[in-house]
Amino acid sequence: MADIKIRVQDYTGEIKEIEAPTDMNLSLMELLKANEYPVLATCGGMALCATCHVKVEEGFEKLSESGDNELDMIDTLPNAEYNSRLACQLRLNDAMDGMLVRLAADENDL
Amino acid sequence: MIQTDICIIGAGPVGLFSVFEAGLLKLRCHLVDALPQVGGQLSEIYPKKPIYDIPGFPTVKAQELVDNLMEQIKPFNPTFTLGERLDTMEKTATGFQLKTSDGTEIDCKVVVIAGGLGCFEPRKPPIVDIAKFEGKGVHYMVKDPETFRDKNVILAGGGDSALDWTIELSKIAKKITLIHRNETFRGAPDSAEKVFDLAKEGKINLLLKSNLTSVSGNGKLNAVKVQGADKSELELEADYLIPLFGLSPKLGPIAEWGLSIDKNAIEVNTTDYSTNIPGVYAIGDINTYPGKLKLILCGFHEGALMAQSAFKHIYPDKHLSFKYTTVNGIESF
Repeated sequence: MADIKIRVQDYTGEIKEIEAPTDMNLSLMELLKANEYPVLATCGGMALCATCHVKVEEGFEKLSESGDNELDMIDTLPNAEYNSRLACQLRLNDAMDGMLVRLAADENDL
Repeated sequence: MIQTDICIIGAGPVGLFSVFEAGLLKLRCHLVDALPQVGGQLSEIYPKKPIYDIPGFPTVKAQELVDNLMEQIKPFNPTFTLGERLDTMEKTATGFQLKTSDGTEIDCKVVVIAGGLGCFEPRKPPIVDIAKFEGKGVHYMVKDPETFRDKNVILAGGGDSALDWTIELSKIAKKITLIHRNETFRGAPDSAEKVFDLAKEGKINLLLKSNLTSVSGNGKLNAVKVQGADKSELELEADYLIPLFGLSPKLGPIAEWGLSIDKNAIEVNTTDYSTNIPGVYAIGDINTYPGKLKLILCGFHEGALMAQSAFKHIYPDKHLSFKYTTVNGIESF
C-alpha cells in the first residue's frame, strides 16, 4: 500500500483527511508542512523545538514507541498529555492509516 | 571596541564558511555566538553524528566538519566573541554598532546573521495573563536564589531544572510547592528520589498529575490555581511562580531589530540574501524564502553570494572581479 489517510485537526477544530505516501520516508511533520498546516519545525526534525507537537486522538497505540530524545522534549511541554508526540519523530507507515492527530504546538510558536 | 568589516552572528558551519568567502574578497570577519564554543548545533547537539550530504564527503562527523571549517578559515584570521549573546544593533555613519549581553561592542560595516535556530529561551506555559506577572512574581529562571528566601514559592515542571531548583530552594524558601503533570520524573533519578524524600519528610509540597491553570494577583502575583488529575481545582497562595518547561528556540533580540520576519525566520532577497535593512544579511537556517531548504549545503551557497554583495555594499566604487581559488590560491591576511 503506497498511500494512507490521516485525519488532522487544526487549531480551529476543523478535521480534514489528507493522503500520505508511505514510500517516501516522510515524517508526519513533513507531511503537515507540505499540506500547509502551521507547523514551524524550527529545528528541522531533530526533536529540539517541539513546534510540531501533536496529540494523537485515535491510533496512538499503533505507533512505534517514542525515543528518549522525544520523551525528554515532550516531558518539558506545559500542555503535554499521554498521547503527545512530536510529528517529526513519526515516519509515515501503514499502521498510521486512519489516525487522527490534533495540532498542539505552543501558541507562541504559530 | 572591536572593529571589523563583517560581524557574523552565529559561529555554526554557515557562519564559519562565510569567513572563507569573505576572506577571498579580503574582508575581515568577527564572529559572535551565545554558545561557549564554535560549531553551533553541530558541536552543541550532535558532534558525533554523521552528516551525509556535504559534497565531497560521503560521510563526515558533525564535529569533524566544524574542525575542518576552522582549518579552512584559518588563513583569514577570524576573531571571536563566544558565550555572549548579541542584544542590540544600531546604525552608525559607517555601518553598524552591535552590543552583546556582556557589554562587548563591535563596530562593523556589514552584519551577517547566521544564527541557525536562534537562541534558546524559556518556554512559557499557555496561561491567560501570565505575561502580566512576568517579573512581578513569575520568573522563568532562577538568577539569584536569594530572591526566594523565606518566600512562598511554586515551581512547575518535571525536568532536571525543576527538580534541582526544588531541592535547592527548599533549603531557603518558606514554602515550596512543585507541580508536575506526571507521576514520575524524567530528570536525573537521584534528584527525583531526593524530591520524593523531601515530600515524604513534609519539607516540600509535591502535587503530581496536576497542571497550572491560572495565575492571579493585584499588580503582583499572589495566587495560582492548579488542576489535579480528578479535575478538582486548588488555589494556592504564592509569592513566586517559577515555570520550568524547558527551552525553545526563538529569534531572541534579533526580532526587535526591525527586520522583516515570517514565522520566526528572517525574510531575504535570494539575489544576495540581503534583508530589508541595507548592509544586513541573513544566511543559513535562520532565513526564509520561497523554496528554502534548511541544509548546511544551502547555507554555504548563501554565504558565497552574501560575500560578493557585502563587498559591493562596503566598496560601491571598487570593481570586483570573480576569481577561482584553483587559479589564484588563497591570499591569507
